[in-house]
Amino acid sequence: MSGYRRLESMLRRFGRLAVLLALAGVQVPAVALAAVMLLLSFALGMVFLFPPQVRMVRRVAQLHRRLVARWTGLAIEPPYLPAPPPPVPQADGMYRSDRTLYKTPRVPAWNDRFKWLLTDPATWRDEVWLLFDPLVKVALVPLFLVMPGRGMRVYALWADLLLGATAASRLAGQVSHLRRTRNLAADSQAAEMRRIERDLHDGTQARLVAIGMTLGAVEQLVDTDPDAAKALLAKARDASSETLTELRRVIRGIHPPVLAERGLPDAVRALAIDSPLQVTVNVDLPHRPDAPVEAAVYFAVSELLSNAARHGDARTATVDISAHGGALRVTVTDDGMGGADPSKGSGLAGIERRLAAFDGVLALHSPPGGPTTVTMELPRVLPEYWFGELPEMPRWKSALVIGLWATAWCPTFPQGLVAGGHKLLGYDGDNPSWFLALHLPEPLQWPAILGMTAVGVIMHAMAVRIPARHNRDPWLGQLLPRPIC
Amino acid sequence: MSRVLVAEDLYLLRDGLVHLLQAHGFTVVGAVESGPELLKGLLELRPDVSIVDVRLPPTFTDEGLQAALAARKQVPGLPVLVLSQHVEQLYARELLADGSGGIGYLLKDRVFNAEQFVDAVRRVAAGGTAMDPEVIAKLLASNARNEPLAALTPREREVLETMAEGRSNAAISQRLYLSESAVAKHTASIFAKLGLAPSEDDNRRVLAVLAYLNNR
Repeated sequence: MSGYRRLESMLRRFGRLAVLLALAGVQVPAVALAAVMLLLSFALGMVFLFPPQVRMVRRVAQLHRRLVARWTGLAIEPPYLPAPPPPVPQADGMYRSDRTLYKTPRVPAWNDRFKWLLTDPATWRDEVWLLFDPLVKVALVPLFLVMPGRGMRVYALWADLLLGATAASRLAGQVSHLRRTRNLAADSQAAEMRRIERDLHDGTQARLVAIGMTLGAVEQLVDTDPDAAKALLAKARDASSETLTELRRVIRGIHPPVLAERGLPDAVRALAIDSPLQVTVNVDLPHRPDAPVEAAVYFAVSELLSNAARHGDARTATVDISAHGGALRVTVTDDGMGGADPSKGSGLAGIERRLAAFDGVLALHSPPGGPTTVTMELPRVLPEYWFGELPEMPRWKSALVIGLWATAWCPTFPQGLVAGGHKLLGYDGDNPSWFLALHLPEPLQWPAILGMTAVGVIMHAMAVRIPARHNRDPWLGQLLPRPIC
Repeated sequence: MSRVLVAEDLYLLRDGLVHLLQAHGFTVVGAVESGPELLKGLLELRPDVSIVDVRLPPTFTDEGLQAALAARKQVPGLPVLVLSQHVEQLYARELLADGSGGIGYLLKDRVFNAEQFVDAVRRVAAGGTAMDPEVIAKLLASNARNEPLAALTPREREVLETMAEGRSNAAISQRLYLSESAVAKHTASIFAKLGLAPSEDDNRRVLAVLAYLNNR
């Protein structure tokens, strides 16, 4: 059995090597072709050859990323900048590209793509990688034969060096992602504002005008016809009551009072009670999330429950809200007939727009016949560690840090820098006092001083670094660019 | 002469409530404007009835409601009429949870109709219930798929709604233009259809209906 397994793993390793070498064989003509196309594009001005050339190189690179990920588990993130958005026509229907106007978007779109490919550093890193990759593969063949596992890892590192994402490419990706979600959030906010304005304008404001007019009429009638005046007053009172009812509805749409008064768990419970379905609510959050997050989740759950009651023919539903590290996860399940289609109706799209402002995602699972499960996840909206729950450093680490701070000054200053100063100023020899280095024979004095200084600096650095590394995520993790998924 | 405590943070409304209650023969023993003051007043003055706004300083969340619930935990059945700009079934449930009556939960607009409002205050002071029609409407809406309820005739439903607001048979008959015996007949039929034990006592009857609607 084990012999068979060993044979199998050996065959797999040699198979991989064979695939890599075969790819190298393909790459050699590809390098030549790429070089010719590049030359034609820029030396002879046949620029239309450039985009296909880049596409070809990217395809080869992507194939290698996939193979490396599958064979070594090292996921190489594509470093490409996001593609430019399609050109937007001007007010007069023309498309502008630099100083020229076009009737159709074709040329401006091509120009944008060309500029995008030309200016993306990843394009040129790919080309360099393609040029050297066959050589690297061949050079690694002996290592592959002796230590196939190690050889593959070395190759993966090489591929990651030129094919992997850089901090700059991640930042660029993040910026374009943020710009998109910000636009979405701004759009949906503007739409909300318009809706509220319309509600207040057509409803509340109109009713208040009517009340004012009725009161005016009462003023005129009160002496001549007190009975009619009384009837009008009763009408005005009813109208003010209706106005209040309407205002309540508007306020509920802006920010439900129960959410402001009780927070998310009770607000969702209130939704559950109001729903005609039998709703079970499980909330497992140690603390209250931020108010905007609460509102987004509240409206999403509200929409989903009313969807379930209206279309899904459901009788019971379950709402689960829980924290997973920094992510807030909300699951709404109902026992309806399923078959929900996100493309029909704008309910789910509206929820997605709301969640997009928090990088949130929505997954719908609704097979015909049910049950329907909607899972929403809002990453990094909760602090990884709530206040007071920061993981404490083990005692030995604390002791080490204190020890470092207490002693690091000694090699740095008296034994290092101050001793160096003494030596420079020529005090050596007569009175070495307690500067260790000055007791040593002459040729060893400078190395000893520099060594002492280096030790001191390293000790200082460690004293700063150990606590910082310990809780890296909460404060440093937030700032570093991270992969977009 | 009932002794009343008023808790409301808006001066105009507080003053208006005090005047309204005094004009209808109540003695206002205190008018407070924050949650801690309210709790202290409820426990020290033991008013016959108190009128409490849900949202009070210092947090402007549900201070008033919390103070009322806390006081009723120490003094079971202490009559409290809660006023709010919006009604939530969740809050109604919490107020009714101890099942001891002497509870009112009304929208603030109900103050517009002084007579009905004072009637509700008196009912609560007497250990009865006063639920806002909107609470009852929401309760019934969330019971939309309850089969026994769906089996009620429209007239029985009207009687049920009015009864759930906390009114006596006499008040129901006046409101719906029915004879008291007809109301009694409808009530018996409703209780039979919902499978509830009939009761002669108005208050207990109301609490039974509310409990039924709340426990789906």
